[in-house]
Amino acid sequence: MNSLIITSIEQGLIFAILAMGILITNKILNIADLSVEGTFPFGAFIFAKFISMGVDPVLSTLLAFVIGTLAGLMTSLLFIKLKIKPLLAGILTMTTLYSVNLRINGKSNIPLFNFDSIFDLVPILLLLAILVIAIKIILDEFFKTEVGYLLIATGDNETLVKSLGASSNKYKIIGLMLSNGLIALSGALMAQYQGFVDITMGTGVIVIGLASIIIGDTIKKNSTKLGNTTRAIIGAIIYKIIGGIAIDLGLAPSDLKAVSAIIVILFIAYNNVAIDLFASIKNKGEGVYVKNTRLIKKVQ
Amino acid sequence: MLRIQGLSKKFNKGTENEIEVFNNFNLDIEENKCTAIIGPNGCGKSTLLNILAGSISADSGRIILNREDISNLSQEKRSKYIGRVYQDPSMGVSPSLTILENMSLADKKGDRFSLKRLIRKNNIDRYVEMLKSLGLGLENKLNTKVKYLSGGQRQSLSLIMAAMKHPDLLLLDEHTAALDPKTSHVVMEKTKELLDKYKITTIMISHNMKDAIKYSDRIIMLNKGKIVLDKLSKDTTEEELIDIYKAKLFEEIA
Repeated sequence: MNSLIITSIEQGLIFAILAMGILITNKILNIADLSVEGTFPFGAFIFAKFISMGVDPVLSTLLAFVIGTLAGLMTSLLFIKLKIKPLLAGILTMTTLYSVNLRINGKSNIPLFNFDSIFDLVPILLLLAILVIAIKIILDEFFKTEVGYLLIATGDNETLVKSLGASSNKYKIIGLMLSNGLIALSGALMAQYQGFVDITMGTGVIVIGLASIIIGDTIKKNSTKLGNTTRAIIGAIIYKIIGGIAIDLGLAPSDLKAVSAIIVILFIAYNNVAIDLFASIKNKGEGVYVKNTRLIKKVQ
Repeated sequence: MLRIQGLSKKFNKGTENEIEVFNNFNLDIEENKCTAIIGPNGCGKSTLLNILAGSISADSGRIILNREDISNLSQEKRSKYIGRVYQDPSMGVSPSLTILENMSLADKKGDRFSLKRLIRKNNIDRYVEMLKSLGLGLENKLNTKVKYLSGGQRQSLSLIMAAMKHPDLLLLDEHTAALDPKTSHVVMEKTKELLDKYKITTIMISHNMKDAIKYSDRIIMLNKGKIVLDKLSKDTTEEELIDIYKAKLFEEIA
Protein backbone atom coordinates (compact mmCIF):
# COMPACT_ATOMS: atom_id res chain seq x y z
CA MET A 1 0.00 0.00 0.00
CA ASN A 2 2.84 2.35 0.93
CA SER A 3 4.66 1.85 -2.33
CA LEU A 4 1.37 2.28 -4.13
CA ILE A 5 0.93 5.73 -2.61
CA ILE A 6 4.50 6.73 -3.50
CA THR A 7 4.13 5.48 -7.07
CA SER A 8 0.85 7.33 -7.36
CA ILE A 9 2.39 10.56 -6.09
CA GLU A 10 5.36 10.23 -8.42
CA GLN A 11 3.13 9.64 -11.43
CA GLY A 12 0.79 12.34 -10.19
CA LEU A 13 3.66 14.82 -10.18
CA ILE A 14 4.57 13.91 -13.76
CA PHE A 15 0.97 14.39 -14.81
CA ALA A 16 0.80 17.62 -12.79
CA ILE A 17 3.09 19.17 -15.42
CA LEU A 18 0.73 17.92 -18.14
CA ALA A 19 -2.24 19.31 -16.18
CA MET A 20 -0.59 22.74 -15.86
CA GLY A 21 -0.07 22.71 -19.63
CA ILE A 22 -3.71 21.86 -20.28
CA LEU A 23 -4.69 24.51 -17.74
CA ILE A 24 -3.14 27.23 -19.90
CA THR A 25 -5.10 26.30 -23.02
CA ASN A 26 -8.37 24.91 -21.73
CA LYS A 27 -8.96 27.10 -18.74
CA ILE A 28 -7.01 30.32 -19.22
CA LEU A 29 -7.14 30.75 -22.99
CA ASN A 30 -10.46 28.94 -23.30
CA ILE A 31 -9.21 26.92 -26.28
CA ALA A 32 -9.85 23.16 -26.28
CA ASP A 33 -6.48 21.95 -27.57
CA LEU A 34 -6.69 18.26 -28.43
CA SER A 35 -3.15 18.05 -29.81
CA VAL A 36 -2.16 16.93 -26.26
CA GLU A 37 -2.50 13.25 -27.15
CA GLY A 38 0.12 13.69 -29.85
CA THR A 39 2.35 16.12 -27.96
CA PHE A 40 2.76 13.90 -24.88
CA PRO A 41 4.37 10.98 -26.81
CA PHE A 42 6.08 13.58 -29.06
CA GLY A 43 8.05 14.75 -26.02
CA ALA A 44 8.88 11.15 -25.15
CA PHE A 45 10.08 10.32 -28.67
CA ILE A 46 12.18 13.49 -28.85
CA PHE A 47 13.81 12.49 -25.56
CA ALA A 48 14.44 8.94 -26.85
CA LYS A 49 16.01 10.33 -30.02
CA PHE A 50 18.45 12.61 -28.21
CA ILE A 51 19.34 10.18 -25.43
CA SER A 52 20.06 7.44 -27.96
CA MET A 53 22.29 9.90 -29.83
CA GLY A 54 24.35 10.21 -26.65
CA VAL A 55 23.00 13.58 -25.49
CA ASP A 56 22.96 14.25 -21.75
CA PRO A 57 19.59 13.31 -20.12
CA VAL A 58 19.02 16.79 -18.65
CA LEU A 59 19.60 18.43 -22.02
CA SER A 60 17.47 15.79 -23.78
CA THR A 61 14.60 16.50 -21.39
CA LEU A 62 14.98 20.23 -21.95
CA LEU A 63 15.01 19.73 -25.73
CA ALA A 64 11.73 17.80 -25.45
CA PHE A 65 10.20 20.96 -23.91
CA VAL A 66 11.68 23.29 -26.53
CA ILE A 67 10.75 21.17 -29.55
CA GLY A 68 7.38 20.35 -27.97
CA THR A 69 6.45 24.04 -28.17
CA LEU A 70 6.46 23.64 -31.97
CA ALA A 71 3.34 21.46 -31.72
CA GLY A 72 1.59 24.43 -30.09
CA LEU A 73 2.92 26.71 -32.81
CA MET A 74 1.45 24.42 -35.47
CA THR A 75 -1.98 24.27 -33.83
CA SER A 76 -2.11 28.03 -33.30
CA LEU A 77 -1.02 28.83 -36.84
CA LEU A 78 -3.65 26.41 -38.17
CA PHE A 79 -6.45 28.24 -36.43
CA ILE A 80 -5.11 31.79 -36.57
CA LYS A 81 -3.68 31.94 -40.09
CA LEU A 82 -5.80 29.28 -41.82
CA LYS A 83 -8.96 29.92 -39.77
CA ILE A 84 -9.45 26.23 -38.96
CA LYS A 85 -11.59 25.74 -35.84
CA PRO A 86 -9.31 25.25 -32.78
CA LEU A 87 -10.83 21.86 -32.00
CA LEU A 88 -10.09 20.55 -35.50
CA ALA A 89 -6.69 22.30 -35.57
CA GLY A 90 -5.71 20.36 -32.43
CA ILE A 91 -6.89 17.07 -33.90
CA LEU A 92 -4.95 17.75 -37.12
CA THR A 93 -1.78 18.42 -35.15
CA MET A 94 -2.36 15.26 -33.09
CA THR A 95 -2.84 13.15 -36.21
CA THR A 96 0.24 14.63 -37.86
CA LEU A 97 2.29 14.01 -34.73
CA TYR A 98 1.34 10.32 -34.78
CA SER A 99 3.29 9.86 -38.02
CA VAL A 100 6.03 12.23 -36.91
CA ASN A 101 6.49 10.27 -33.68
CA LEU A 102 6.96 7.02 -35.59
CA ARG A 103 9.42 8.75 -37.93
CA ILE A 104 11.59 10.23 -35.17
CA ASN A 105 13.09 6.88 -34.16
CA GLY A 106 11.62 4.68 -36.87
CA LYS A 107 10.00 2.45 -34.21
CA SER A 108 6.79 2.49 -32.21
CA ASN A 109 8.39 1.18 -29.03
CA ILE A 110 11.82 2.05 -27.69
CA PRO A 111 13.22 0.61 -24.44
CA LEU A 112 15.26 3.15 -22.49
CA PHE A 113 16.65 0.91 -19.73
CA ASN A 114 20.15 1.06 -21.18
CA PHE A 115 20.29 4.83 -21.18
CA ASP A 116 20.85 7.40 -18.46
CA SER A 117 17.86 9.27 -17.09
CA ILE A 118 17.55 12.39 -14.97
CA PHE A 119 16.27 10.13 -12.19
CA ASP A 120 19.75 8.58 -11.87
CA LEU A 121 21.01 11.80 -10.34
CA VAL A 122 18.48 12.60 -7.59
CA PRO A 123 15.80 10.45 -5.88
CA ILE A 124 12.71 10.34 -8.10
CA LEU A 125 10.19 11.81 -5.69
CA LEU A 126 12.49 14.65 -4.63
CA LEU A 127 13.46 15.56 -8.18
CA LEU A 128 9.84 15.53 -9.39
CA ALA A 129 8.67 17.59 -6.43
CA ILE A 130 11.36 20.22 -7.02
CA LEU A 131 10.61 20.30 -10.74
CA VAL A 132 6.85 20.63 -10.30
CA ILE A 133 7.17 23.35 -7.65
CA ALA A 134 9.67 25.23 -9.80
CA ILE A 135 7.33 25.12 -12.81
CA LYS A 136 4.42 26.18 -10.63
CA ILE A 137 6.33 29.19 -9.28
CA ILE A 138 7.53 30.21 -12.75
CA LEU A 139 3.99 29.97 -14.15
CA ASP A 140 2.49 31.88 -11.21
CA GLU A 141 5.10 34.62 -11.63
CA PHE A 142 4.52 34.68 -15.39
CA PHE A 143 0.82 35.25 -14.90
CA LYS A 144 1.61 38.28 -12.77
CA THR A 145 3.55 39.97 -15.57
CA GLU A 146 2.09 42.31 -18.16
CA VAL A 147 2.33 39.61 -20.84
CA GLY A 148 0.81 37.03 -18.49
CA TYR A 149 -2.18 39.22 -17.72
CA LEU A 150 -2.73 39.86 -21.43
CA LEU A 151 -2.81 36.09 -21.92
CA ILE A 152 -5.52 35.78 -19.27
CA ALA A 153 -7.41 38.71 -20.82
CA THR A 154 -7.17 37.05 -24.26
CA GLY A 155 -9.10 34.05 -22.95
CA ASP A 156 -11.52 36.37 -21.21
CA ASN A 157 -12.26 39.12 -23.72
CA GLU A 158 -10.33 39.46 -26.96
CA THR A 159 -11.95 42.79 -27.76
CA LEU A 160 -10.36 44.32 -24.68
CA VAL A 161 -6.92 43.02 -25.64
CA LYS A 162 -7.25 44.61 -29.08
CA SER A 163 -8.46 47.86 -27.56
CA LEU A 164 -5.31 47.89 -25.43
CA GLY A 165 -3.32 47.98 -28.64
CA ALA A 166 -2.13 44.39 -28.33
CA SER A 167 -2.55 41.45 -30.69
CA SER A 168 -4.65 38.73 -29.07
CA ASN A 169 -3.37 36.21 -31.63
CA LYS A 170 0.18 36.70 -30.39
CA TYR A 171 -0.90 35.73 -26.89
CA LYS A 172 -2.77 32.68 -28.14
CA ILE A 173 0.43 31.53 -29.85
CA ILE A 174 2.50 32.13 -26.71
CA GLY A 175 -0.06 30.23 -24.60
CA LEU A 176 -0.31 27.24 -26.91
CA MET A 177 3.45 26.98 -27.28
CA LEU A 178 4.00 27.13 -23.55
CA SER A 179 1.24 24.58 -22.97
CA ASN A 180 2.55 22.09 -25.51
CA GLY A 181 6.11 22.53 -24.28
CA LEU A 182 5.00 21.53 -20.78
CA ILE A 183 3.02 18.57 -22.11
CA ALA A 184 6.03 17.34 -24.10
CA LEU A 185 8.20 17.78 -21.00
CA SER A 186 5.71 15.68 -19.06
CA GLY A 187 5.93 13.00 -21.78
CA ALA A 188 9.74 13.02 -21.65
CA LEU A 189 9.63 12.55 -17.87
CA MET A 190 7.09 9.73 -18.18
CA ALA A 191 9.34 7.97 -20.71
CA GLN A 192 12.27 8.07 -18.26
CA TYR A 193 10.07 7.05 -15.35
CA GLN A 194 8.60 3.96 -17.03
CA GLY A 195 11.81 3.16 -18.91
CA PHE A 196 10.35 2.99 -22.38
CA VAL A 197 8.62 5.03 -25.04
CA ASP A 198 5.50 3.77 -26.73
CA ILE A 199 3.32 5.24 -29.47
CA THR A 200 0.16 4.54 -27.44
CA MET A 201 1.31 6.40 -24.34
CA GLY A 202 -0.63 9.52 -25.35
CA THR A 203 -4.01 7.79 -25.52
CA GLY A 204 -6.35 9.25 -22.97
CA VAL A 205 -3.91 11.79 -21.49
CA ILE A 206 -6.25 14.66 -22.30
CA VAL A 207 -8.81 13.03 -20.01
CA ILE A 208 -6.18 12.68 -17.28
CA GLY A 209 -5.27 16.35 -17.63
CA LEU A 210 -8.87 17.54 -17.60
CA ALA A 211 -9.69 15.19 -14.73
CA SER A 212 -6.82 16.66 -12.71
CA ILE A 213 -8.05 20.20 -13.30
CA ILE A 214 -11.64 19.29 -12.46
CA ILE A 215 -10.65 17.43 -9.29
CA GLY A 216 -8.42 20.34 -8.31
CA ASP A 217 -11.29 22.77 -8.78
CA THR A 218 -13.57 20.67 -6.60
CA ILE A 219 -11.25 20.85 -3.58
CA LYS A 220 -12.17 23.75 -1.30
CA LYS A 221 -14.22 25.13 -4.12
CA ASN A 222 -14.70 28.64 -2.81
CA SER A 223 -11.24 29.21 -1.41
CA THR A 224 -9.46 32.02 -3.24
CA LYS A 225 -6.15 31.09 -1.64
CA LEU A 226 -5.67 28.00 -3.79
CA GLY A 227 -4.42 29.13 -7.18
CA ASN A 228 -5.09 27.41 -10.51
CA THR A 229 -1.66 25.81 -10.69
CA THR A 230 -1.80 24.44 -7.12
CA ARG A 231 -5.23 23.01 -7.86
CA ALA A 232 -3.97 21.30 -11.02
CA ILE A 233 -1.07 19.73 -9.12
CA ILE A 234 -3.22 18.49 -6.23
CA GLY A 235 -5.82 17.27 -8.72
CA ALA A 236 -3.27 15.25 -10.69
CA ILE A 237 -1.94 13.56 -7.53
CA ILE A 238 -5.42 12.72 -6.22
CA TYR A 239 -6.36 11.41 -9.64
CA LYS A 240 -3.37 9.06 -9.70
CA ILE A 241 -4.04 7.88 -6.13
CA ILE A 242 -7.63 7.02 -7.07
CA GLY A 243 -6.29 5.15 -10.11
CA GLY A 244 -3.73 3.37 -7.93
CA ILE A 245 -6.43 2.25 -5.51
CA ALA A 246 -8.49 0.96 -8.44
CA ILE A 247 -5.57 -1.23 -9.54
CA ASP A 248 -5.00 -2.32 -5.95
CA LEU A 249 -8.63 -3.43 -5.83
CA GLY A 250 -7.89 -5.85 -8.64
CA LEU A 251 -8.72 -3.91 -11.78
CA ALA A 252 -6.46 -4.54 -14.77
CA PRO A 253 -4.29 -1.63 -15.96
CA SER A 254 -6.22 -1.79 -19.22
CA ASP A 255 -9.39 -0.94 -17.28
CA LEU A 256 -7.83 2.33 -16.16
CA LYS A 257 -8.92 4.34 -19.20
CA ALA A 258 -12.54 3.65 -18.36
CA VAL A 259 -11.82 4.42 -14.71
CA SER A 260 -10.36 7.78 -15.86
CA ALA A 261 -13.52 8.60 -17.74
CA ILE A 262 -15.68 7.55 -14.78
CA ILE A 263 -13.64 9.74 -12.41
CA VAL A 264 -14.17 12.72 -14.71
CA ILE A 265 -17.89 12.00 -14.95
CA LEU A 266 -18.22 11.64 -11.17
CA PHE A 267 -16.38 14.84 -10.35
CA ILE A 268 -18.24 16.88 -12.95
CA ALA A 269 -21.51 15.38 -11.76
CA TYR A 270 -20.57 16.30 -8.20
CA ASN A 271 -19.81 19.87 -9.26
CA ASN A 272 -22.92 20.30 -11.37
CA VAL A 273 -25.64 18.22 -9.78
CA ALA A 274 -24.74 16.72 -6.45
CA ILE A 275 -24.00 19.99 -4.64
CA ASP A 276 -27.59 21.13 -5.19
CA LEU A 277 -28.79 17.69 -4.18
CA PHE A 278 -26.80 17.73 -0.92
CA ALA A 279 -28.11 21.19 -0.18
CA SER A 280 -31.70 20.08 -0.59
CA ILE A 281 -31.14 16.99 1.59
CA LYS A 282 -29.66 19.23 4.27
CA ASN A 283 -32.53 21.66 4.04
CA LYS A 284 -35.14 18.93 4.44
CA GLY A 285 -34.11 18.55 8.05
CA GLU A 286 -34.70 22.20 8.77
CA GLY A 287 -38.44 22.16 8.45
CA VAL A 288 -41.03 24.01 6.47
CA TYR A 289 -39.47 27.40 7.02
CA VAL A 290 -36.49 26.69 4.83
CA LYS A 291 -38.58 25.01 2.21
CA ASN A 292 -40.70 28.11 1.95
CA THR A 293 -37.81 30.48 1.49
CA ARG A 294 -36.43 28.21 -1.17
CA LEU A 295 -39.75 28.33 -2.89
CA ILE A 296 -39.88 32.09 -2.61
CA LYS A 297 -36.41 32.33 -4.07
CA LYS A 298 -37.51 30.21 -6.97
CA VAL A 299 -40.56 32.38 -7.58
CA GLN A 300 -38.44 35.51 -7.48
CA MET B 1 -10.17 67.43 -34.79
CA LEU B 2 -11.54 64.41 -36.61
CA ARG B 3 -12.11 64.67 -40.35
CA ILE B 4 -13.86 62.00 -42.38
CA GLN B 5 -13.32 62.48 -46.11
CA GLY B 6 -14.99 60.77 -49.03
CA LEU B 7 -15.92 57.68 -47.06
CA SER B 8 -17.59 54.85 -49.00
CA LYS B 9 -18.61 51.44 -47.76
CA LYS B 10 -20.62 48.63 -49.29
CA PHE B 11 -21.47 45.33 -47.65
CA ASN B 12 -21.82 42.00 -49.53
CA LYS B 13 -20.16 43.52 -52.55
CA GLY B 14 -20.95 41.90 -55.85
CA THR B 15 -23.86 39.83 -54.54
CA GLU B 16 -27.56 40.49 -54.88
CA ASN B 17 -27.60 41.45 -51.20
CA GLU B 18 -25.24 44.36 -51.79
CA ILE B 19 -25.95 47.24 -49.44
CA GLU B 20 -24.42 50.64 -49.86
CA VAL B 21 -24.06 52.24 -46.44
CA PHE B 22 -21.90 55.24 -47.31
CA ASN B 23 -21.16 56.93 -50.62
CA ASN B 24 -18.68 59.78 -50.45
CA PHE B 25 -19.56 60.68 -46.86
CA ASN B 26 -17.86 63.69 -45.29
CA LEU B 27 -17.94 64.86 -41.70
CA ASP B 28 -15.84 67.08 -39.44
CA ILE B 29 -15.98 66.64 -35.68
CA GLU B 30 -14.76 69.50 -33.47
CA GLU B 31 -12.12 68.98 -30.84
CA ASN B 32 -13.13 68.44 -27.21
CA LYS B 33 -16.82 68.44 -28.08
CA CYS B 34 -19.32 65.64 -27.68
CA THR B 35 -21.12 64.88 -30.92
CA ALA B 36 -24.19 62.66 -30.77
CA ILE B 37 -25.10 60.59 -33.80
CA ILE B 38 -28.66 59.36 -33.97
CA GLY B 39 -30.75 57.72 -36.62
CA PRO B 40 -32.89 54.67 -37.35
CA ASN B 41 -31.46 51.15 -37.52
CA GLY B 42 -29.41 50.65 -40.65
CA CYS B 43 -28.63 54.37 -41.05
CA GLY B 44 -24.92 53.67 -40.82
CA LYS B 45 -24.07 54.95 -37.35
CA SER B 46 -22.67 51.66 -36.08
CA THR B 47 -20.82 51.11 -39.34
CA LEU B 48 -19.31 54.57 -39.00
CA LEU B 49 -18.11 53.82 -35.48
CA ASN B 50 -16.68 50.46 -36.54
CA ILE B 51 -14.83 52.10 -39.43
CA LEU B 52 -13.44 54.78 -37.12
CA ALA B 53 -12.30 52.16 -34.60
CA GLY B 54 -10.81 50.04 -37.38
CA SER B 55 -12.82 46.90 -36.66
CA ILE B 56 -14.14 47.04 -40.25
CA SER B 57 -12.37 48.69 -43.14
CA ALA B 58 -13.84 51.25 -45.54
CA ASP B 59 -13.85 50.74 -49.31
CA SER B 60 -12.41 54.20 -49.80
CA GLY B 61 -12.01 57.50 -48.00
CA ARG B 62 -9.73 58.99 -45.41
CA ILE B 63 -9.93 59.37 -41.67
CA ILE B 64 -7.75 62.13 -40.28
CA LEU B 65 -7.41 62.44 -36.53
CA ASN B 66 -5.50 65.50 -35.30
CA ARG B 67 -3.88 65.99 -38.72
CA GLU B 68 -2.73 62.37 -38.84
CA ASP B 69 -4.13 60.01 -41.44
CA ILE B 70 -5.15 56.86 -39.56
CA SER B 71 -7.14 55.25 -42.42
CA ASN B 72 -4.63 52.46 -42.95
CA LEU B 73 -3.79 51.68 -39.33
CA SER B 74 -4.97 48.36 -37.87
CA GLN B 75 -7.47 48.28 -35.03
CA GLU B 76 -4.67 47.54 -32.56
CA LYS B 77 -2.55 50.49 -33.74
CA ARG B 78 -5.50 52.87 -33.71
CA SER B 79 -6.49 51.95 -30.20
CA LYS B 80 -3.58 54.09 -29.05
CA TYR B 81 -5.57 57.16 -30.14
CA ILE B 82 -9.10 55.88 -29.74
CA GLY B 83 -11.03 54.68 -26.72
CA ARG B 84 -14.33 52.85 -27.05
CA VAL B 85 -17.14 51.87 -24.72
CA TYR B 86 -19.47 49.19 -26.02
CA GLN B 87 -23.15 48.52 -25.50
CA ASP B 88 -22.39 45.23 -23.74
CA PRO B 89 -20.87 46.03 -20.32
CA SER B 90 -18.64 42.94 -20.55
CA MET B 91 -16.91 44.07 -23.75
CA GLY B 92 -14.78 46.76 -22.19
CA VAL B 93 -13.46 44.75 -19.26
CA SER B 94 -11.86 41.41 -18.48
CA PRO B 95 -14.53 39.79 -16.27
CA SER B 96 -12.34 37.21 -14.53
CA LEU B 97 -9.78 39.83 -13.47
CA THR B 98 -10.18 42.23 -10.55
CA ILE B 99 -10.88 45.95 -10.80
CA LEU B 100 -7.25 46.69 -9.94
CA GLU B 101 -5.98 44.28 -12.60
CA ASN B 102 -8.35 45.71 -15.19
CA MET B 103 -7.29 49.28 -14.47
CA SER B 104 -3.61 48.31 -14.52
CA LEU B 105 -4.12 46.76 -17.96
CA ALA B 106 -5.95 49.86 -19.22
CA ASP B 107 -3.12 51.99 -17.86
CA LYS B 108 -0.71 50.17 -20.21
CA LYS B 109 -2.87 50.82 -23.27
CA GLY B 110 -0.80 51.46 -26.37
CA ASP B 111 2.45 50.71 -24.52
CA ARG B 112 4.69 47.70 -25.03
CA PHE B 113 3.75 44.82 -22.76
CA SER B 114 6.79 43.25 -21.13
CA LEU B 115 7.70 40.66 -18.52
CA LYS B 116 7.58 43.25 -15.74
CA ARG B 117 4.96 42.89 -13.06
CA LEU B 118 1.67 44.44 -14.12
CA ILE B 119 0.45 45.59 -10.71
CA ARG B 120 2.50 48.51 -9.42
CA LYS B 121 1.77 49.62 -5.89
CA ASN B 122 2.54 53.28 -6.55
CA ASN B 123 -0.24 53.50 -9.16
CA ILE B 124 -2.97 52.32 -6.82
CA ASP B 125 -3.61 55.72 -5.25
CA ARG B 126 -4.20 57.20 -8.70
CA TYR B 127 -6.70 54.44 -9.54
CA VAL B 128 -8.50 54.90 -6.23
CA GLU B 129 -8.79 58.63 -6.98
CA MET B 130 -10.34 57.90 -10.39
CA LEU B 131 -12.76 55.34 -8.98
CA LYS B 132 -13.76 57.68 -6.17
CA SER B 133 -14.79 60.28 -8.73
CA LEU B 134 -17.41 57.77 -9.96
CA GLY B 135 -19.02 57.77 -6.55
CA LEU B 136 -20.06 54.12 -6.83
CA GLY B 137 -17.82 52.81 -4.05
CA LEU B 138 -15.71 50.83 -6.52
CA GLU B 139 -12.56 52.12 -4.80
CA ASN B 140 -13.36 49.74 -1.93
CA LYS B 141 -13.64 46.76 -4.28
CA LEU B 142 -10.22 46.89 -5.94
CA ASN B 143 -9.70 43.16 -5.47
CA THR B 144 -13.20 42.13 -6.53
CA LYS B 145 -13.46 40.30 -9.83
CA VAL B 146 -15.29 42.42 -12.37
CA LYS B 147 -17.77 39.65 -13.17
CA TYR B 148 -19.30 40.18 -9.72
CA LEU B 149 -20.09 43.85 -10.46
CA SER B 150 -23.46 45.05 -11.72
CA GLY B 151 -23.89 46.15 -15.32
CA GLY B 152 -23.82 49.81 -14.36
CA GLN B 153 -20.68 49.43 -12.26
CA ARG B 154 -19.01 47.49 -15.05
CA GLN B 155 -19.96 50.09 -17.63
CA SER B 156 -18.66 52.92 -15.43
CA LEU B 157 -15.40 51.02 -15.04
CA SER B 158 -15.24 50.49 -18.84
CA LEU B 159 -15.71 54.22 -19.27
CA ILE B 160 -12.84 55.09 -16.94
CA MET B 161 -10.66 52.43 -18.54
CA ALA B 162 -11.37 53.81 -22.02
CA ALA B 163 -10.71 57.41 -20.96
CA MET B 164 -7.85 57.09 -18.48
CA LYS B 165 -5.07 57.39 -21.07
CA HIS B 166 -6.68 60.53 -22.55
CA PRO B 167 -7.42 59.20 -26.05
CA ASP B 168 -7.73 61.70 -28.91
CA LEU B 169 -11.14 60.29 -29.68
CA LEU B 170 -13.68 58.50 -27.50
CA LEU B 171 -16.41 56.39 -29.09
CA LEU B 172 -19.52 55.68 -27.02
CA ASP B 173 -21.40 52.91 -28.76
CA GLU B 174 -24.91 53.07 -27.23
CA HIS B 175 -23.11 52.51 -23.99
CA THR B 176 -26.20 52.84 -21.79
CA ALA B 177 -28.62 50.90 -24.01
CA ALA B 178 -28.23 47.64 -22.05
CA LEU B 179 -28.84 49.29 -18.67
CA ASP B 180 -32.08 49.97 -16.82
CA PRO B 181 -33.30 53.61 -16.95
CA LYS B 182 -32.00 54.53 -13.50
CA THR B 183 -28.54 53.01 -14.00
CA SER B 184 -28.47 54.42 -17.51
CA HIS B 185 -29.03 57.89 -16.03
CA VAL B 186 -26.22 57.41 -13.50
CA VAL B 187 -23.79 56.24 -16.20
CA MET B 188 -24.73 59.17 -18.47
CA GLU B 189 -24.10 61.62 -15.64
CA LYS B 190 -20.72 60.00 -14.93
CA THR B 191 -19.94 60.18 -18.63
CA LYS B 192 -20.68 63.90 -18.67
CA GLU B 193 -18.52 64.55 -15.61
CA LEU B 194 -15.69 62.57 -17.14
CA LEU B 195 -15.90 64.34 -20.51
CA ASP B 196 -15.98 67.75 -18.82
CA LYS B 197 -12.95 66.82 -16.77
CA TYR B 198 -10.81 65.10 -19.38
CA LYS B 199 -11.86 67.20 -22.41
CA ILE B 200 -11.94 64.42 -24.98
CA THR B 201 -13.33 64.62 -28.50
CA THR B 202 -16.29 62.26 -28.27
CA ILE B 203 -18.72 60.62 -30.64
CA MET B 204 -21.78 59.16 -28.97
CA ILE B 205 -24.29 56.89 -30.62
CA SER B 206 -27.67 56.78 -28.98
CA HIS B 207 -31.22 55.68 -29.55
CA ASN B 208 -32.35 57.80 -26.67
CA MET B 209 -33.06 61.22 -28.19
CA LYS B 210 -33.54 62.91 -24.86
CA ASP B 211 -30.10 61.75 -23.68
CA ALA B 212 -28.54 62.62 -27.03
CA ILE B 213 -29.73 66.22 -26.75
CA LYS B 214 -28.99 66.59 -23.08
CA TYR B 215 -25.46 65.21 -23.02
CA SER B 216 -23.99 66.34 -26.32
CA ASP B 217 -22.85 69.61 -27.87
CA ARG B 218 -23.90 68.77 -31.39
CA ILE B 219 -26.52 66.48 -32.87
CA ILE B 220 -26.19 64.72 -36.18
CA MET B 221 -28.97 62.58 -37.57
CA LEU B 222 -28.12 60.03 -40.21
CA ASN B 223 -30.45 58.32 -42.63
CA LYS B 224 -29.25 55.87 -45.27
CA GLY B 225 -25.69 57.08 -44.90
CA LYS B 226 -26.55 60.76 -45.36
CA ILE B 227 -26.68 63.57 -42.82
CA VAL B 228 -30.29 64.76 -42.56
CA LEU B 229 -29.82 67.05 -39.56
CA ASP B 230 -26.78 68.79 -38.09
CA LYS B 231 -27.50 71.23 -35.27
CA LEU B 232 -26.19 72.42 -31.95
CA SER B 233 -27.80 70.36 -29.23
CA LYS B 234 -28.94 73.40 -27.29
CA ASP B 235 -31.02 74.54 -30.31
CA THR B 236 -32.58 71.12 -30.83
CA THR B 237 -35.74 69.74 -29.25
CA GLU B 238 -36.84 66.16 -28.90
CA GLU B 239 -40.10 66.88 -30.80
CA GLU B 240 -38.11 68.17 -33.75
CA LEU B 241 -36.14 64.93 -33.93
CA ILE B 242 -39.22 62.77 -33.61
CA ASP B 243 -40.90 64.74 -36.40
CA ILE B 244 -37.98 64.07 -38.72
CA TYR B 245 -38.02 60.41 -37.76
CA LYS B 246 -41.75 60.22 -38.57
CA ALA B 247 -41.38 62.08 -41.84
CA LYS B 248 -38.61 59.73 -42.93
CA LEU B 249 -40.69 56.75 -41.93
CA PHE B 250 -43.65 57.96 -44.01
CA GLU B 251 -41.34 58.56 -46.94
CA GLU B 252 -40.29 54.95 -46.78
CA ILE B 253 -43.81 53.58 -46.58
CA ALA B 254 -45.13 55.86 -49.32
